[in-house]
Amino acid sequence: MIEMNISSLTLNLLADVTPPTQEASSGDPVTTLLMGLTVFLLAVFVGFELITKVPPTLHTPLMSGSNAISGITIIGAIICAGRADNVAAILGFLAVVFATVNVVGGFAVTNRMLQMFKKKK
Amino acid sequence: MNIDHLVQILYLVASGLLIFGLKRLGSPKTAPQGNMLGGLGMLFAILAVCIQEANSDESNWVLVGVGIVVGSVIGIIAAQKVQMTGMPQMVALFNGLGGGASAFVAASEFKYDGTDTSAMTMVPLFLSMMIGALTFTGSLIAFGKLQGIVTSKPVSYPLQKTINLVLFLSTVSAGLLMVNDPSATHWFIVLTALSLVLGVLAVIPIGGADMPVVISLLNSYSGIAASATGFVLRNDALIIAGSLVGASGIILTQIMCKAMNRSLANVLFGGFGSDDSGGAAGPAGPQGNYKSAGPEEVAMILDTASLVIIVPGYGMAVAQAQHQVRELDKALQERGAEVLYAIHPVAGRMPGHMNVLLAEADVPYEQLQEMDVINPSFPRADVAIVLGANDVTNPAARTDKASPIYGMPILDVDKARTVMVLKRSMNPGFAGIENELFFKENTLMVFGDAKDSVSKINSALKEL
Repeated sequence: MIEMNISSLTLNLLADVTPPTQEASSGDPVTTLLMGLTVFLLAVFVGFELITKVPPTLHTPLMSGSNAISGITIIGAIICAGRADNVAAILGFLAVVFATVNVVGGFAVTNRMLQMFKKKK
Repeated sequence: MNIDHLVQILYLVASGLLIFGLKRLGSPKTAPQGNMLGGLGMLFAILAVCIQEANSDESNWVLVGVGIVVGSVIGIIAAQKVQMTGMPQMVALFNGLGGGASAFVAASEFKYDGTDTSAMTMVPLFLSMMIGALTFTGSLIAFGKLQGIVTSKPVSYPLQKTINLVLFLSTVSAGLLMVNDPSATHWFIVLTALSLVLGVLAVIPIGGADMPVVISLLNSYSGIAASATGFVLRNDALIIAGSLVGASGIILTQIMCKAMNRSLANVLFGGFGSDDSGGAAGPAGPQGNYKSAGPEEVAMILDTASLVIIVPGYGMAVAQAQHQVRELDKALQERGAEVLYAIHPVAGRMPGHMNVLLAEADVPYEQLQEMDVINPSFPRADVAIVLGANDVTNPAARTDKASPIYGMPILDVDKARTVMVLKRSMNPGFAGIENELFFKENTLMVFGDAKDSVSKINSALKEL
């Protein structure tokens, strides 16, 4: 009995790792994770190199602008708000409200702060 | 074209715009455009997810629509109502909501039956919940401190660091237990509660003056939380934009610490961030914190200026910097800026000292203006460059009756939008008194020999 369980578990694990033949490798969760980690690593390096010297007058606007970008989680929020499960959808709805305030407010506030950098002619 | 491919292409365009926008946000000249590009990137990302949703079997346009409308109205009103001086706490509040959104996404995915329960999904879900929740409460505390709702003084109690460490380890343990048994809702609730408390306790020991650095760090965290939700939902655009903000936020935090002459560890665990930091905060002087900047950063600000007033003093004479100053003057004029020299009657060590030196460097006589003529121009100046002058710029002469120089006529440099003080060190000037100008919000200290500093600014300007 126990042996059977273990073997079925192994089978399950194998099923997880081996992609179904008809589907491309993108359907395999491990490959998806590795692709995600690759993208993550590269984006982290880009992020590290993107900003080098920033004058102190720009610290707050830059922080505000990148904060608005971190509101990208709105994508996840929209997906979650569409879930068939009611509780999951309500949690997703709250996420949409929060993330939208972050994105809309963030870009608007940054824009206001940056008006002072426009050259007066 | 396959709809899935269209969605992927839109995500790709969005990611590119966000990266490019963030890059442009880093320099004063390109920052407004950078913000626009970032907003455009966000629109593309939202468009992509909407197309994706329209083609999925599960979608709820009412909830999404109402959420976006409510969020936009709140966001726009808040952004318009806030005073310029209240910006840092507004950013803190927005950032907290972003972290909270990631936490809600994690909670929603935890509840949703379709979510994969393997460690590959549950680990990022745990991280997204933990970082999102602590960003939420931490940002709210930062907001409260700046707004004056929570005390801006560092709050300390015995064994603070030990308690925080234990709390952190317990939070991670709860998260790992949840990963181990994804059906156990109680571990998820424990994880959520501990993360929320962790955010409060981590920020409460830090003083109000250091909040901008804390907000910048929390901004980085909210990026990492968004990136973690990207792993949960298998969405590359989320991973890219989130980790981009996470990484660049850490760099920005370091830059801010450097400008405040502090280390990040000192800010987070030092507990010195109060306004009365005393001698313990190292380079902070008796009058509080000052900001310092390097030649490249100074050049970026000068690049966008339309009126620059140079205030020469004894320091310029000692360093024999007048030729470099003239070169800077020409470079700024080529960029369309107006450059004036403010001559205080007692600048230098003898009357007319500055006029002689500047004449030697071929500065046209019309650009030199006496104190009474130039003082009304400071409020419309973008930058005032104080070159080795000290006492003649000290606002205490105007306001502080106790000051030995009270009543002395001074140049109103502090009224310029940005004041750059080129100086060897924080030492007081000829009269031996502290200059409160150095500690003002709009003042940047540029340390070094005047000649050397100006040459470096000149070369930095050429490279822009």
